[in-house]
Amino acid sequence: MQNHPVYTDNDPQTEYSTLNLGPTHPATHGVFQNVLQLDGERIVSGVSTIGYIHRAFEKIAEHRPFYQITPLTDRLNYCSSPINNMGWHMTVEKMLNIQMPKRVDYMRVIIMELARIADHIVCNGVLGVDTGAFTGFLYMMEYREEIYEIYEEICGSRLTTNIGRIGGFERNFNTIAFNKIRKFIQKFPPVLREFEALFNRNRIFIDRTRDVAAVTQEQALSYSWSGPILRATGVDYDVRAMEPYSSYEDFDFEVPVGENGDVYNRFLVRNEEMWQSLRIIEQALNKIEKEPSDIFHADVPAFYLPPKEEVYNNMEALIYHFKIVMGEVETPNAEVYHAVEGANGELGFYLVNDGGRSPYRLHFRRPSFINYQMYAPMSRGMLLSDAIINMSSLNVIAGELDA
Amino acid sequence: MGKISNEELVQKLTDKFAGQVTQTGADYGLLTVETSKELIHDVLAYLKTDAALQFIYLTDITAIHYPEQEKQIGVIYHLHSLTTNTRIRIKVYLTLEDLHIPTATTLWDGANWMERETYDFFGVIFDGHPDLRRILNVDDMTVFPMRKEFPLEDPNRIDKKDYFFGR
Repeated sequence: MQNHPVYTDNDPQTEYSTLNLGPTHPATHGVFQNVLQLDGERIVSGVSTIGYIHRAFEKIAEHRPFYQITPLTDRLNYCSSPINNMGWHMTVEKMLNIQMPKRVDYMRVIIMELARIADHIVCNGVLGVDTGAFTGFLYMMEYREEIYEIYEEICGSRLTTNIGRIGGFERNFNTIAFNKIRKFIQKFPPVLREFEALFNRNRIFIDRTRDVAAVTQEQALSYSWSGPILRATGVDYDVRAMEPYSSYEDFDFEVPVGENGDVYNRFLVRNEEMWQSLRIIEQALNKIEKEPSDIFHADVPAFYLPPKEEVYNNMEALIYHFKIVMGEVETPNAEVYHAVEGANGELGFYLVNDGGRSPYRLHFRRPSFINYQMYAPMSRGMLLSDAIINMSSLNVIAGELDA
Repeated sequence: MGKISNEELVQKLTDKFAGQVTQTGADYGLLTVETSKELIHDVLAYLKTDAALQFIYLTDITAIHYPEQEKQIGVIYHLHSLTTNTRIRIKVYLTLEDLHIPTATTLWDGANWMERETYDFFGVIFDGHPDLRRILNVDDMTVFPMRKEFPLEDPNRIDKKDYFFGR
């Protein structure tokens, strides 16, 4: 029989063990690899490897008309793709100086806030799963499903939505969609309250998350963090409030902040953001009623795809359709940076246009990519199980990380 | 504090760097300045630490390739002053022969991966970077794929040539 060395706590540890956390570890919720050096259960050092699902979106975008870039943005943060879609549309509209009618802005706000709720449901639910509470996740998942049904009613698809158009929406929200939204904002608050009752003062959850991976404001800002995890440290930077787009300045909402940037604070900030999103949606529904009900896009025939029935029967519409799809419309020489508050933070689009049919250069400032780089340095000295819940609370989405 | 006007920013940068930082545009209100790679670290440090400006937030670092220009590769920094809610864009152009530029990781930890990404796709070498490796592409890749000489489609394809569309 072979002799295996048996270590006890009193033995001096001379070697660290290496653990490959990922690329396809079930607890990492995506394809991330971290090679960790472990001293027992404590992490000594770690190296992140990313890029497993890199799809060269920036390169592809240089060969696609503006119109065909929307589906690429779907696949960045696929948990809240409408925000990416709208962010891209607004970038192009900013470049073209297109002013949106208020009703379109409000419709967009509704969709973006629903997407934010859907994203936070997944993140906070999964955080529960990783700390050993499956119930909250399954319970909340039903309401993400309802949000997806709203998307489905509006644009026909659920995950990679490709929702809206440059210049507005492809069609008006129908009565069923409005009813579903109203039903959602009635049915969801009691559930969210119950979810909070399950977690917020739960002793086990608090023991597992409080003071885990606490980050100071200076660290967070130095690492260019944004979104809920930055606000959990107490910095009230929210693009919606700082540089309102899509008429966010018309809404009354608060930017929730945390105290010490630990996992518990991030959880609370996300929960509170869901409440604020509900508030915004409710206000938007009221505001929409005061706007003319047949407006769902701006009057920009050169950029907004005409409805299909006109394309088949009307020559001007056919010409515009062809020009838009082939990228034949003239665009200015311009350089635009437009940022929206994605579910994970500041989602920026840096667009350099030379007047051609596709962008000369398009760069996505992807919050997951920038937020995740602190993961390996901050894991040092942490317990392996804490590192797992830290990763869930960062809500890193592989599609956005690798672009 | 309110937003810093572009004129004021340009004035401050001109005073400090004796005209070596020039305004190249202000598309959609976002001031764009250009400087040299010798000065870029000082400019970034000044913008970050000056009490009135406080561009403490590094939004993004990326690059762009203009094959027709003498200085082909442009490195682009986006900074954000959270207290005054002002953004600024800084550009440095480099020649293909000398793609070295000082790192910004000494000012912001977050510059680390942004610079690695820029290196990965454009081959810009950030001097002083602690760990300048490829990040999204495979390690043994030999080219820098975001440069314009790498076409996405088959270059022999003619059905999308401009002359078919009267351009």
